[in-house]
Amino acid sequence: MTRTGLEYALHRVHHGENEVVQQLTRMADRHQQEAEVHHVATDLKGWSAINIARLADAAESYDVSLSREPDRPGVIRHAVESLVSAAGDGRAPALVLLEDLRDLYLVASETSLAWEMLAQHAQARRETDLLQVTSDCHPQTLRQIRWANGMIKTLSPQALAALDT
Amino acid sequence: MRVGDSRNEPLWGERTPYGPGTEWPARVDMRLADGVAEEDVEHWVASASLLHSNGDAMDIAVRDGQIAGVRGRANDRVNRGRLDIKDLYAWSAISSADRLTEPLIRVDGQLQPTDWDTAMDAVVQRCRELLDSSGPGSVGFYTSGQLFAEEYYTLTTIARAGIGTAHLDGNTRLCTATAGEALKETFGSDGQPASYTDVDSADVIALFGHNVAETQPVLWMRMLDRLDGPEPPQLVVVDPRRTPVATRATVHLDPRPGTNLPLMNALLHEVIEHDWVDKDYIDAHTVGFDELCKQVASCTPKWAAEICGIAPEDISRAAEVIGSADRLLATVLQGFYQSHQATAAAVQVNNLVVLRGMLGKPGCGVLQMNGQPTAENTRECGADGDLPGFRNWENSEHIAELAKLWNVDPLQIPHYGPPTHAMQMFRYAEQGSIKFLWISATNPAVSLPDLRRIRSILGNEKLFVVAQDIYRTETTELADVVLPGATWGEKTGIFTNADRTVHLSEKAVEPPGAARSDLDIFLDFAARMQFADKDGNPLVWWHDPPTAFEAWQRCSAGRPCDYTGLSYEMLRERGVQWPCNEENPDGTERLYVSGNFSASPDECESYGRDLVTGAPVEETEYRALNPDGKAVLKAATYLPPHEEPSDEYPMHLNTGRTIYHFHTRTKTARTPELNAAAPDVWVEVNAADAEFLDIAEGDFVDVVSPRGRIRATARIAEVRRGTVFVPFHYGYWDTDHPTGPHDDEGRAANEMTITDWDPVSKQPLFKLSAARIERVEAGR
Repeated sequence: MTRTGLEYALHRVHHGENEVVQQLTRMADRHQQEAEVHHVATDLKGWSAINIARLADAAESYDVSLSREPDRPGVIRHAVESLVSAAGDGRAPALVLLEDLRDLYLVASETSLAWEMLAQHAQARRETDLLQVTSDCHPQTLRQIRWANGMIKTLSPQALAALDT
Repeated sequence: MRVGDSRNEPLWGERTPYGPGTEWPARVDMRLADGVAEEDVEHWVASASLLHSNGDAMDIAVRDGQIAGVRGRANDRVNRGRLDIKDLYAWSAISSADRLTEPLIRVDGQLQPTDWDTAMDAVVQRCRELLDSSGPGSVGFYTSGQLFAEEYYTLTTIARAGIGTAHLDGNTRLCTATAGEALKETFGSDGQPASYTDVDSADVIALFGHNVAETQPVLWMRMLDRLDGPEPPQLVVVDPRRTPVATRATVHLDPRPGTNLPLMNALLHEVIEHDWVDKDYIDAHTVGFDELCKQVASCTPKWAAEICGIAPEDISRAAEVIGSADRLLATVLQGFYQSHQATAAAVQVNNLVVLRGMLGKPGCGVLQMNGQPTAENTRECGADGDLPGFRNWENSEHIAELAKLWNVDPLQIPHYGPPTHAMQMFRYAEQGSIKFLWISATNPAVSLPDLRRIRSILGNEKLFVVAQDIYRTETTELADVVLPGATWGEKTGIFTNADRTVHLSEKAVEPPGAARSDLDIFLDFAARMQFADKDGNPLVWWHDPPTAFEAWQRCSAGRPCDYTGLSYEMLRERGVQWPCNEENPDGTERLYVSGNFSASPDECESYGRDLVTGAPVEETEYRALNPDGKAVLKAATYLPPHEEPSDEYPMHLNTGRTIYHFHTRTKTARTPELNAAAPDVWVEVNAADAEFLDIAEGDFVDVVSPRGRIRATARIAEVRRGTVFVPFHYGYWDTDHPTGPHDDEGRAANEMTITDWDPVSKQPLFKLSAARIERVEAGR
């Protein structure tokens, strides 16, 4: 099946936002002892849920069918867990958290690129409504990235120093 | 009204009414020990209050080497002679028989008396071992809002440049972190814009989550005197309780807990919609107006009223009062700082004042208040998770200034990330990466949220805990070494109140036994650790309060909080507001008089944070946003609170303060008059809720949250329906189980509070836990 460029870009963003929701859900569940991560991850999930709904509504005008609801939590892919458990003792959770923040940064960055492509395409086609959706939604993805980056910056010195000793 | 019920005493004294623009008349309050008359006093020693953040100036009466009373200073700008009930009585607690008079050290699980050498050697040895084996990240310091500037600055120098740790914060995180953060977000740097004298000429005073009658009683006296004088100001009060302040309000709004931000957004919406804004001021002095307009465009009173559970007409009415003010003064405290979206909501108060162009003029401005008496100094001296002199950890020039001042390599000063905040430090201790925690002049085993967790962290034998205090507390009982401190009246130093007024507090009497000033304890530690600068000279070169003050003055030079024009001599006469330097030799009444903020990218203390996620704004972004250092109008969207009432816990728990007690009552409960007025914990319940739950005034009830429970006496009070209020002061040291609850039956409100904090200011949310109440039995 040959997809149109628009269809491709819409799917890419939709997929990305779903990945972000999955990752944030996983983090909120797994890091309940990290109060800030637990709560902010839950808050930020809401942004992606809104983005998914807005995207699905916009896609409808182009006869592209996308779910308005985020996917249900899927299977956890985590190769890092063996690495982390190898570190042993109480230091592990701090490293698991760093890995999760890193994964969030990566999936949110992919999603950001997808928004960028969609926005460019919408602009080139002079699809003003769609362009408006991208300019409303994309900033939230960028804020998710900045949050992940900021948390990594703050938490990594202590987490990594603890492994050294 | 509950206050004053148990004592037939006029809590705010006699009125001295005055009109707008005139000077607040003096009224001298004094209380001397029984049998002592004013002429019996041998000498008077200059000081100010250390039991709240108002900084009321007073003289301490001394007779026979003992404190014999206090007298307010009529010439001081802050209180014009008045004192609050805590100040009138609590000086007697200093000579309480159970003061700590010698160091204690844990031997075979028990705290035993010891001498200073043994105690300090144990501290130094553990610290050295850890620096060798685990590095500076294993060492943390948790300090106070009750020490003096000289002491905080010494501790900061030790922690940042001596040890080189990022882990130094104060309990000011619990009371004032949001005030500092909100000021940084809007004005680029910490620093209180307005002055208490603005109460003298304001025509509208808007108090946001600020029960000034109980937290800063003398400031409330000033407001009461305006209210009883000619052309009184109108009050707008936002508080879920009908406080003494609310009873005098033109408009009282009692939003559902956790909904301050939507309320603020609706007020901003109205002010913009009705064009009550000062467009010239906005154009000349701000950035971000268009974005703010966009954000609040849909935030109508009707929209907010739904979320906040209040009438939309009341929101419109409040906006109208604020919008039509000629001289608007706004104040903010814990109702905003300790609640959901704390910084975001506090910043909207700044926005309201800035949009109306109400800055730098008599009667105008914003007071982002402090909770504790010396919290301002914790902030400016960098003992609170910031760098000294309001320096920016992301600005390499600022780090270079500190490195030059301390004569150390810039890399010795941790600045790879924001300094660690208190809640994160306790998390690191829980995980075992902080192994040494020195707690000075505070009682986290009562004041932090979720106390069961805090006790287990402090009680873990892998964590070496040093506790420095003047009495045994719930915290000292979990420590490995306890160091006896000297307190107010027993040591000399300066401290600064919530409107930047600096006071000198001089030593009047000797501390008991072997107790030492906190400054002497820190200096002793620095000497034993042999902290040196890069030329091998002592890092901490000062040796007493005057030289420590000199060191701090040098650090403050050229910064917004410039102390270089002050001296002990000048402060002995009267309180003076910083900045005080060559340009402003008499101090500075108002900041930002002509829109001259400390917000330029090179000068600012912070590039700001995302008001929802808390993520730091990068330097390049800030340079693009605010190249000319204007005020930043920052908007935020509402998010629902994280813990909402459920079937099992159907109510909101709100914690707070009473006029009779300070913090964890270590001084005020040792003051018979204050203790008698509020001897035990209570819970305030709305009459309709009480009827539904079959609870009568005086009944014993259990208050239960997902984290813990307490038993308290019920008081039927004017709190918002569906909320209960519990004062946070009560703990266990004055019960027969002094370390913690017995059989799960707690007394401390923080048994129940949630571990959650504002992602921007990192201040814990003490005012927003889900809970239920259960009647136990009728009161005795």
